[in-house]
This record gives sequence, C-alpha cells and structure tokens, in this order.
Amino acid sequence: MSEHTEHSESSIPVKHIIGFIASIVLTLVAAYTTVMSGLPVPWIIAIIMILAVIQAVLQLVMFMHIAEKNPIPQYGNILFGFFIAAVVIAGSIWVMSFGMSDMDMNGGSGEEHSDH
Amino acid sequence: MWDFIWNDFLVTGEPLIYGAMASIVLVTVLIVFVLTYFKLWKWLWDEYLTTVDHKKIGIMYIIAALAMLFRGGVDALMMRTQLALPGMNFLNSVHYNEIFTTHGTTMILFMAMPFIIGLMNVVVPLQIGARDVAFPFLNALSFWTFFFGAMLFNISFVIGGSPSAGWTSYVPMAGPELSPEINQNYYLLALQLSGIGTLATGINFLVTILRMRAPGMTLMKMPIFTWSALITSIIIIFAFPILTIALALMTMDRIFGTHFFTLAGEGMPMMWANLFWLWGHPEVYIVILPAFGVFSEVISTFARKQLFGYKAMVYAMCVIAGLSFVVWVHHFFTMGAGAGVNSLFSITTMLIAVPTGIKIFNWLGTMYKGRIRFNVPMLWALAFIPNFTIGGVTGVMLGMAAADYQYHNTYFLIAHFHGVLIAGTLFGMFAGLTYWYPKMFGHKMNEKIGKVSFWLTVIGFNITFLPQYFLGLMGMPRRTYTIEPEWMPLNLLSTIGAFILAGGFVIFVYNIYFSARYEPREKTGDAWDGRSLEWATTTPVPHYNFATVPYVNSHEAYWDMKETGATTYDESKLEPIHMPNYKGMPIIMSAIMFVASFGLVWHWFWLAIPGLIGVIICMVIRSFDYDEGYHVPIEEIKRTEEQARGRKE
Ligand code: HEM
Ligand SMILES: [Cu+2]
Repeated sequence: MSEHTEHSESSIPVKHIIGFIASIVLTLVAAYTTVMSGLPVPWIIAIIMILAVIQAVLQLVMFMHIAEKNPIPQYGNILFGFFIAAVVIAGSIWVMSFGMSDMDMNGGSGEEHSDH
Repeated sequence: MWDFIWNDFLVTGEPLIYGAMASIVLVTVLIVFVLTYFKLWKWLWDEYLTTVDHKKIGIMYIIAALAMLFRGGVDALMMRTQLALPGMNFLNSVHYNEIFTTHGTTMILFMAMPFIIGLMNVVVPLQIGARDVAFPFLNALSFWTFFFGAMLFNISFVIGGSPSAGWTSYVPMAGPELSPEINQNYYLLALQLSGIGTLATGINFLVTILRMRAPGMTLMKMPIFTWSALITSIIIIFAFPILTIALALMTMDRIFGTHFFTLAGEGMPMMWANLFWLWGHPEVYIVILPAFGVFSEVISTFARKQLFGYKAMVYAMCVIAGLSFVVWVHHFFTMGAGAGVNSLFSITTMLIAVPTGIKIFNWLGTMYKGRIRFNVPMLWALAFIPNFTIGGVTGVMLGMAAADYQYHNTYFLIAHFHGVLIAGTLFGMFAGLTYWYPKMFGHKMNEKIGKVSFWLTVIGFNITFLPQYFLGLMGMPRRTYTIEPEWMPLNLLSTIGAFILAGGFVIFVYNIYFSARYEPREKTGDAWDGRSLEWATTTPVPHYNFATVPYVNSHEAYWDMKETGATTYDESKLEPIHMPNYKGMPIIMSAIMFVASFGLVWHWFWLAIPGLIGVIICMVIRSFDYDEGYHVPIEEIKRTEEQARGRKE
C-alpha cells in the first residue's frame, strides 16, 4: 500500500501497452492460422506452438519484469510455473493419447487423431 | 413475450420451485423493508458495499459462505429425503439431477472457497503485521465478482432452470447435443465470473505475504496459517487459469458452436474431464490447506505449546502443493488410459498421503504433554484428526487404480470426499471462525451452545457418512435418484444422520445470534492467550490494524511480545498511516459483469455486448484513477489507541 509510489501521473506505461497490443495480435494470428489458413494440421500445430512460446516470453518480459533486477528474486515461483506448464501440456498429451487407439474417441471412426 | 417468460424464462410447474420463488421474493422484500425502515441504506453502502478494508471484506465472505452453506444444506436434505426409502416420489429424476449439481457446485465453489478466503482476509494481514492487503481495491473486486457469480448460479433454479450435469459438468452430458437448454450456461458463466475473483485473490495474497510482512518476519518466522495461505495462493494462481480456459472452451462449444469437447466434429469429450481435474484436484487442496493452517494455530494455542515440527509442517505443505498437480488422473482411472498412465498416477496419489500423514503426527506431537484446554475451537480440531484420517485412508484405497474400478462412482467415493471435506474443510472453518470470532466481532461465541452444535455435527456427520462406505461396497452408485430395497436400512440411517448434522448447523447459526446479544464483550484483544500477531491488536481492531508495527523475532511474535511487555502502540514511533479510500467501482463493475454474463447465458448478445463494453469502460476509468488514498493523522491514531487501550486496565 504505502509502497506504490512509482507511477508519477504523466508517464505512459509504454511497455505495457506494447505488450498488450502484441499479445492481441499474436492471438489473432493464432486464431487465423487455426480457423482459416487451411494449412496442413502438423503445420498449424507447429505454428501455434511457436506463437504460444513467443507470447509467453513477451508477457514475462513486458508484464512480469523478468529482465529487471528484483529485490526479492522469485526463482522458486518461476520454476514452479515452468513445472506446471510442462505438467499441463505434456501430461495432457500423454494421458489423452495412451491407449486411445483401442477406444472410440473419434466420433465412431476409431482412428488415431493425427490425420484431421 | 408473456409466453416466453412463463414457459422458458421462469421455471414453472413445480410446487417446490413455487415455494422457492415465493420465499426469494419474501426475503428480498423483507431485506429491502428493514433497510429502508431503519434508514440503513447509506450505512450499508458507506461501510460495507464500498469497503476495501480486508477485515470487512473477510466478514462479508464468511456471511456469504454461511448463506451458501444453508442453500447447499437444504439441497442435501432434499436428496437425503428422496433416498431415505425405496420408491420415494419426493423428487423426480430431473429435479434430483439439478439438486446434486447445485449442491456440489455450491458447496465447493460458493461455500468452501469464500469461507477460506474470508478467513484469510480477516487473519493474514493481522498475522503478518500489515495494514491491509497489497491491492485493497482488487480485493473488493474479488469479493464482488465472487458474490455476483454465486448469485448468477443461484438464480438458475427459478429463472431458466438449474444445470444438471453434476458439479464436474462432464461432456457429452453437459454439451450442446445432450443439454440443448440454457441450464449448463449458468454453470459455465457463474464459475467463470467467480473464478476471476478467486484468481485475483490468489495474486493479492501472494504479493501481500511476500512483500508486506512486519520487519524481522522472514518466511520461516511466519505463523503457520499465513504459510498455508501462501501455499494456497500459489496453488490458486496455477490451478485456476486451467479452469478458466476449460470453461471458456466449453462456453464456446455451447454458445458459438465450436467443437472442442463435442462428439461431432472431432472434439475430445474426455479432454474436458482431463482439464477439469487438472484444476479439480489442486482445488481440493486449496480448500483443505487453510483448514490445516487453522488446526495448527488452534492446537498450538489450546495445547499451550509451540507448534511441534514447524519446519516439517512448512515443507509438507510445499510438497503437497507440488504433488497436488500431478495426481489428477485418479479421478478418471476408469477412462482406461492404459497401465502406464494409471500406474504412475496411482503412485503419485499414494505419495500425497505421506506429507499429509506427517502433518497428522505433528498435530499429535503438539498436543503431547500439552496442558489442553477444551474450548470449542479445540474440540473441532480434536474431532478433525480421527475423522479426517478415515477420509484420507479411504482416499488411498481409491488411489489404487485397479481397486478404483470397483469403488469409482459408488457411494464409497461419496463417503470419502465428504469425510475429507466435512471433517477437514468444514470443521476447520468452524474452528477458525469460533477461534477468531472475538477478534472479528468483539465477543466470543457461547461455549455451551457451541458444544451442543459441535456434538450434533460430529455425531450427525458420522451417522450420515460411515454407512455410505458400506453402501458403496454393496454397489450403490452415486447420482442415483432411487434406491434398491436391500440398501434401505443404511440409507435410512444416513438420512437420519443428515438431519442431525443439519441440526448442528442450525444451532451454530443460532449461536451467532445468541452470542451477539448475550455474550460478555471481549476487551483484552487477546481472547485465548494467543501466540501470533493478530492477538496483539486491540479489539475491535482499528481500521489501520497496527499503530506501530513491532519487530518480529520468531513465528510466535506475540508470545515474545508478551514476555517483554511490548505492544503495537509505541508512541515514540508514531507516523501518519497511509490508507486506501473506499470505492464504489468494484461492486458496480461486478454488477455489470453479472448483467453481461446473464446475457450470455441466454444468448442475448444485445445484452452481453453492451455489458462487456461497460466492463471495459470501467477498466479504463479505473486506469485513470490517480487516487492515492489518505493519511491517518497522528492525533487520530493516538485518540483511537488510547481509547482502546485505556479500557484495558
Ligand atoms: C490422502 C489424501 C487423498 C487421497 C489419496 C485421495 C484420493 C482420491 C481419489 C483416488 C479420488 C477419485 C476416486 C474415484 O473417482 O473413483 C478422490 C475423489 C475425491 N476427493 Fe480425494 N483424496 C485425498 C484427499 C482429499 C482431500 C483432502 C479432499 C478435499 C478436501 C478430497 C476431495 C475429493 C473429492 C471432492 C473427490 C470426488 C470428486 C468427484 O468425483 O465428484 N480428497 N480422492
Ligand atoms: Cu483428487
């Protein structure tokens, strides 16, 4: 409370605005690629993965001040964040793909998901 | 128009629903009348609706939680009545589905969550010597988004119809094909709205605890409840975004016709279950860890001993936080993901019992050779240990994937999670509320009535849920609205228990009224001979909490202060205190979000879009709000403190 004295009234948060707009643009590009581009599926997946990583880095730099010196470093929380991200993504793919070939998850076609 | 209102908008044709409508209208009229008659509107607006004071926000959270506990409790009694005997005709199957759905959702998201967040709000800043949370405005916004989310969920049963696909809302049942009505939209948008508030709370308390502790209070000198709040906040921050995304995807499926989870269009229905439990299992630890924190505080205070194994407790909580994210598949072993997947998640699930066990031994160690006082908060803590352990042990049984094929979705599972949620979270919240009650309201809760309520609750709880383990083993499935004759005796017993349990709750609430009128006022500020900083403040706590913040040397800061005679009022060190102003924006903005969400529930874009624009306008206005708060002058601090402390002698 008594600590937030930084923002003087005139300064414009340039970094945040750039980050905000760039995030929206990246998201729109990802949506376009998926919905309308008509590219082959592996390409789409690769592209949106790359866009996701770019956006994650962007947000860490623009909003989370990861490049600045912090009086109280938060390595623990950052590492935990990477751990959770890995668990959610890799875990979901692993869980949702194992044993899937003998289950009827594909609207009755019984095929793998790779060839959408 | 009239036709639409009568046939689609309002839920009609059910006597129970008409009763509910009548009571809602009556209660609303009554509240409006009382507020107007006693000219309380302005007071309500100035003191509570616009408040950014963490103590008041905490109290509002707790009141809301008790109200939701009542609503969820009525749901429970209705279900138990229907299940008491075979062939009951009290609820039909559709109605029964709606009620178990609203019961589960209400209890977890609108009862347990606000209860723990309420206690965190009241206690954490006081325990760490802070004057408010890091972002008081955001804190108010959190409360109001939660509140309006809860309201959105609750109006569903008279307007439009309740969701009926379970609190887990599995697709395809909850998807657009099998639930084409708007019911499920209430679930999605109500959780989304209140989820925003919860996520913001997590961030708020993480920052508060990391940045605003009293001088000298290193992490390892924080009271254990604050530790539990810190870990809980971290889990919230990492778990709730998963729910946000999952809800958003299903909302798109239902409202905009996408195919993330649908059967058609190559969606993956089980992906919903996967995402839901990626959030859902951490969520159960979110609601249990603060209860663990409460028990640690209560047991140490009432055993009059330092907490045994403080460090082990902290590490155990950290391990639980990590493990809670890697066990989620145990909720759908029966999906049949294959031996590799199920084995791994079996092992992680059983591992999580280890840190939990460590904590149990620490509590026992704290009591060992202590001079125990059997006040009501301590009774709750004592009852918690054996009852929770039964729930935990059956959890490990469920965690064995092969065995779970038998237990899954039977009453055995129901008994397990009620065992941990009631004996853990609910007892914990009751313990915490009774324990900190004098700090919040300036008087204790009556001990005699408290004991009656305690015994009824504990006995009722066991009569209700112990038979359910056996019903589960006999093959009674969950979410069934009629029972077979051979399950009758145990079901009847369980229903009787449920009414005893409800009696315990009614008496608990009666005790609030009774104590407000007749309990002696608490003037020392230290009602239980406490150990941590919250007891160092005067009662009632001044709005700035601490006139001067003491230097902290151990995790029992106030115990040390009592030895040296220090207080939170050191005249030589007084400085003007910087405090935030009260704001109307949080409640207004949340109300607009409510309107927008309501529009989306009904696919009324003419309402949803302006609502959304309204929210954005509020954000813009807030961005240009340079109000830096005000300073409490030294004279006022002196006056307040002398008045409060003068009374002490
Ligand atoms: C020793 C620790 C625990 C273990 C090993 C454990 C294990 C499990 C397992 C394996 C299931 C899924 C069973 C099935 O669906 O067939 C389950 C369900 C559940 N557990 Fe636990 N649990 C533990 C503690 C807790 C705690 C502390 C809570 C909450 C305070 C909790 C709340 C729940 C809930 C709400 C469900 C059921 C959700 C549903 O299907 O609707 N558990 N538990
Ligand atoms: Cu779980």
